Amino acid sequence: MSEKKMMLGNEAIARGAYEAGVKVSAAYPGTPSTEISENLVKYPEIYCEWSPNEKVAMEVAIGASISGVRAMASMKHVGFNVAADPMYTAAYIGANGGLVAVVADDPGMYSSQNEQDTRQICRAAQVPVLEPSDSQEAKDYMKLAFILSEKYDTPIVLRTTTRLAHSQGMVVLEDRTVPMDKPYERNIAKNVMMPAMAIKRHIFVEQRLKDMAKDACTMTVANEGFAKDTPLNRVEMNDTTIGFITSGIPYTYVKEACPDASVLKLGMVHPLPVELIKDFASKVDTLYIFEELEPVIEEQVRAMGIDCIGKEAFTLQGEYSANMIRRVILKQDLKLKEPAKVAGRPPLLCPGCPHRSVYSVLKKLKIHAAGDIGCYTLGAVAPLSVVDTTVCMGSSISSLHGMEMAKGKEYIKNWVAVIGDSTFMHTGINSLMNMVYNQGTGTVIILDNSTTGMTGHQDHAATGKTLMGQTVPAINIYHLCKALGIEHVTEIDAFDTEGLENLIKEEVARDAVSVIITKAPCVLLKEVQFPNVCRPLPEKCKKCGKCLQPGCPALTKNEDGTITIDQTMCNGCGLCKQWCPFDAIEEIVR
Amino acid sequence: MSTVNTKNIMIVGVGGQGTLLTSRILGGIMTKAGYDVKLSEVHGMSQRGGSVVTYVRYGEKVAEPIVEEGQADVLIAFERLEALRYAHFLKPDGVLVVNDHKIDPITVVTGAAEYPENIIKELSVNCKVYSINAAEEALKLGNSRVFNCIVLGVAAKHMDFSKEEWLDVIANTVPTKTIEINQKAFLVGYES
Repeated sequence: MSEKKMMLGNEAIARGAYEAGVKVSAAYPGTPSTEISENLVKYPEIYCEWSPNEKVAMEVAIGASISGVRAMASMKHVGFNVAADPMYTAAYIGANGGLVAVVADDPGMYSSQNEQDTRQICRAAQVPVLEPSDSQEAKDYMKLAFILSEKYDTPIVLRTTTRLAHSQGMVVLEDRTVPMDKPYERNIAKNVMMPAMAIKRHIFVEQRLKDMAKDACTMTVANEGFAKDTPLNRVEMNDTTIGFITSGIPYTYVKEACPDASVLKLGMVHPLPVELIKDFASKVDTLYIFEELEPVIEEQVRAMGIDCIGKEAFTLQGEYSANMIRRVILKQDLKLKEPAKVAGRPPLLCPGCPHRSVYSVLKKLKIHAAGDIGCYTLGAVAPLSVVDTTVCMGSSISSLHGMEMAKGKEYIKNWVAVIGDSTFMHTGINSLMNMVYNQGTGTVIILDNSTTGMTGHQDHAATGKTLMGQTVPAINIYHLCKALGIEHVTEIDAFDTEGLENLIKEEVARDAVSVIITKAPCVLLKEVQFPNVCRPLPEKCKKCGKCLQPGCPALTKNEDGTITIDQTMCNGCGLCKQWCPFDAIEEIVR
Repeated sequence: MSTVNTKNIMIVGVGGQGTLLTSRILGGIMTKAGYDVKLSEVHGMSQRGGSVVTYVRYGEKVAEPIVEEGQADVLIAFERLEALRYAHFLKPDGVLVVNDHKIDPITVVTGAAEYPENIIKELSVNCKVYSINAAEEALKLGNSRVFNCIVLGVAAKHMDFSKEEWLDVIANTVPTKTIEINQKAFLVGYES
């Protein structure tokens, strides 16, 4: 009997890649896709890497595919924007060894800066998309993706969402089967995309999509968990008064709320199986399109001349649910209780986080920060409130430069750019090159906590360790900045608030680019030890509340105005002690 | 495997309190008993001290991975305010197990919001509430971090598994060094 295991969606995707015989995987971490690579690396047969960004990761996978092996890249939805450039042209080149990109959308924005829909990008890039609805399908579809990629000579996107990526379900495990490497043959008509070749490949791409749309009506997936060779786009004919076209996680909501309704469950959401959809629509009285985010399926169904109900009944925002179907379609009175109106609990920087120290100094100096993507984006909210802007990875430095070019160098004398070490290596370095080249004078603070923090501690080119655990020479951020020709580059302990205050004052006043690298490891890194804890001395406390200003969650104000420091939460960084003007906080050995 | 309808468990708390570990213990015991299980977690930004929720569903065949409003059989809350925030997810006859512990959210620290008084008393009007000061009990055991197994022990009294099954799954889920202390913690709740 085959082994069954509870697996996260992301873990099942990694398992599918393993069983499909993948040899190369590249990625940049991003919630909710990170655990794919973290699970892949547990299979020693597969070469796995963290690339500096998603564009590089995609290109690594493309190169591996051209050489003739099965290869993949994984990323979150906004990472796919970064990888869009290679992907749009990989669609023309196609695949030698199977080529798959896993892209994770985030409906509800649990951990993202926007709610874009990957299916739309794939339509624009003319890349086929598979979408699983549970962990078992995640594994099965991953394997199918490689088969389709080689059969149709195309990259394939496996699209997931946060709910799928971070849900666990039962998965039947199978053995790894490695196909023979495809022979590499020099073929400039296929692999060198310049106009003369690309014109011909574009014709191929259009025909490929038409062929796949036709074949999609009968395509099957070897679903080892249940029955072999289930239709990929599956019609479940039941009561015909209501029919649903749906895919992915929303399919599970349909099954929960309307187990007796007829359903066309799409496993491939681009290109759509036109004939199958027309046939299904003709057999049901009312047709609902149940898809999270954009009306991608709905608009195409309407373009087929089919009447349906979609976004006029269901939202464009956030996640869907079974209750939504019960309420809107079944008109059930759910008799739900009102949620209690309670104080919000937004995420915040951890006790002992070095970013808090840097931000407390910026706040004191009333300096605005052009922010970036990472834990330190949390510096935008009270009580720190120092981050004014956040757009995308690497944008802090370039947007600060834009402000300067718009308003002049005096305008940015009370501004800095703040960016984490991993984000700096991702695309921040390009923006810094631009600032130097185009004669900006901005001050850039690189918050170097020796890791990629928000996504759960992944290594990068400046940490000296690879995804596969190899120790390698770390790229030195200080020397990297120096090599760009920046004269004023300073490294400083992130918790040296006095030194930092003086340094920031000096650098923002300077009429030249300067870089401040604040150094202290993320408190959540395993190797970071905290021998001390902070303890209030109530007899010395003047109740001024200064210690509370950096917003450390371990500190709470008592009714009499003194403070309590939660000894289990405190990491003994001593920032509150530095802020207390009356020596009313001490650091003691834990 | 007995034929039962799908049962819905929710675990709520503050990011960093160990909801993931607890949900994995639950997933483990249900899988071992032969049920179909689906589990949904929160990773990423919300884990940083924010409000977090984990869903665990088990039965013959589970479709969706989330528990919806008005459907939770058991709501396990690691913090009082979080119990209040999610209490409307309970079924009319659902059970609320709450750690009698307060963590001020930043909105309360900055004075933008207030932390309500008498949460447990008020919730008891409409729900079956079982509370325990697990932080205090954990300190008595000498390890403040095992409070979540104490709360789980209280909740376990309202689920269909034996004491031995629980101790067994804890041993298979937590790090080897902490098996004994976690089992002890579980029993504090289970025998309370």
